[in-house]
Amino acid sequence: MKKVYLDNTSTTAILPEVRDAMLPFLGEYFGNPSCIHEWGDAPREALEVAREQAAKLIGGASEEIVFTGSGTESNNFAIKGLAMANQKKGKHIVVSAIEHFSVLNSCKTLEKMGFKYTTVPVDKFGTVNSEDVRKAIREDTILVSIMHANNEVGTIQPIKEIGKITKEKGIILHTDAVATAGTIPVDVKDLGVDALSLAANMFYGPKGVGALWLKRGVRILPLLDGGVQEGGRRAGTENVAGIVGLGKAAEIALSQMPARIAKVSVLRDRLLNNLPEKVSHVIITGDSVKRLPGHASFCVEFIEGESMLMLLNSQGVAVTSGSACTSRALLASHVLLAMGLPHEIAQSSLLFGLSIQNTLEDVDYVLEVMPPIVERLRQMSPLYAKFLKQKKGG
Amino acid sequence: MPVYSDVVMEHFMHPRNVGEIENPDGIGEEGNPVCGDMMTFYIKVNDNRLEDVKFKTFGCGAAIAVSSMVSEMAKGKTIEEVLKITPQSVADMLQGLPKNKFHCSNLGAQALHKAIEDYQSKQKAGGKS
Repeated sequence: MKKVYLDNTSTTAILPEVRDAMLPFLGEYFGNPSCIHEWGDAPREALEVAREQAAKLIGGASEEIVFTGSGTESNNFAIKGLAMANQKKGKHIVVSAIEHFSVLNSCKTLEKMGFKYTTVPVDKFGTVNSEDVRKAIREDTILVSIMHANNEVGTIQPIKEIGKITKEKGIILHTDAVATAGTIPVDVKDLGVDALSLAANMFYGPKGVGALWLKRGVRILPLLDGGVQEGGRRAGTENVAGIVGLGKAAEIALSQMPARIAKVSVLRDRLLNNLPEKVSHVIITGDSVKRLPGHASFCVEFIEGESMLMLLNSQGVAVTSGSACTSRALLASHVLLAMGLPHEIAQSSLLFGLSIQNTLEDVDYVLEVMPPIVERLRQMSPLYAKFLKQKKGG
Repeated sequence: MPVYSDVVMEHFMHPRNVGEIENPDGIGEEGNPVCGDMMTFYIKVNDNRLEDVKFKTFGCGAAIAVSSMVSEMAKGKTIEEVLKITPQSVADMLQGLPKNKFHCSNLGAQALHKAIEDYQSKQKAGGKS
């Protein structure tokens, strides 16, 4: 059976060049980079090469990069670490309603410690209005965190506009760029941010490694105390192979970015244009223009996401959904609900993440297998039966 | 898809008794779109037995498998026998359900019981003898 992996928003595949760069650090270069003897040399030098590569990807300086264990850790570190280090100035944070749980739940934890936070809404396309951010800022606001692009609906946020506001008000701006760094051009100076999170597995690097870029001079409290690794900002022996992989993946991403964007955009547009034609009552979620190049997301009315995902899997296709049943917490996507979609529509979400390994044949295969899957589930659906009756009656 | 048992997968891939019954003797609905699972059961009763059972379900793999299993367990049984079907007995027949799905997707027995209540209230109201 044909196998088509379209779940690249969960993770991309590691490039062979990236894996090859990592392997020596799982072999002969096993040394601890903190050691001053010869075994520490190659791993230590490799960390600094990777730091340079990561910094270049986002237009920062290498000493501003702190390697972490994931995008989630980077976000936790940014929210908690920046809030704690700046709490003398105030205890209020501004975030958007569609942030990743690593940001939202970090705010909830801080709330228990006496901080307050305001959640800025989004419009029906999943876009944050920078004026809403301005309005949410108070006298005691110390931190604004808005994601660069949303992972579920692919909408790219006006970070540059928000950056002007935070700069004017002298407030720290963090952006969760896990969905964008290594995928579309990201320049910390152009965006006007003070902190930025990224994760290697979103751009063909390994899982379990991320980074937080922190503008020189911005104070942060470490999450992990211990030794002086990462300049004392993130203690613990480094995941050398992972970091090397992140660096290599960043270097390749930067050099191939225009070609990659051109390639996946074609695949995305084929899906976005053709799926609603092949299947009735399909809603495209997110923005049509300010959208990640490899991101196609839909709601397929009257049916539930997990059952669609399972039938697609039975046809060799891997996708993901924001339905309650697919989430371990059994809650419908907070992103789709924040965009104003009713629960029964949010339950029918389907998310395709296209990669540079995908082909037009892959997309056409999906377009071929989707209609019978949807038809089969709709024939089973009481919501569809009600819809048909109402249509007939009225 | 390792989270579901083979029996759940088999019923999900090949659900039994999907559909509606025209002029049913009872209809029972359970669930809501917030939790993500909704089931409607239709029954035809003859001589105190469920002569026919059909369902329509909006929901995850577990919800569809539960509906299919409940319809099989109930078909041809007496009302008293059907009222003994519980979420636990359905889950047992399915060789277990994932812990977090036990409550939200396992609404088949309740939906079927509601269909029987519907039938019984129609009977009392002096409907079909």
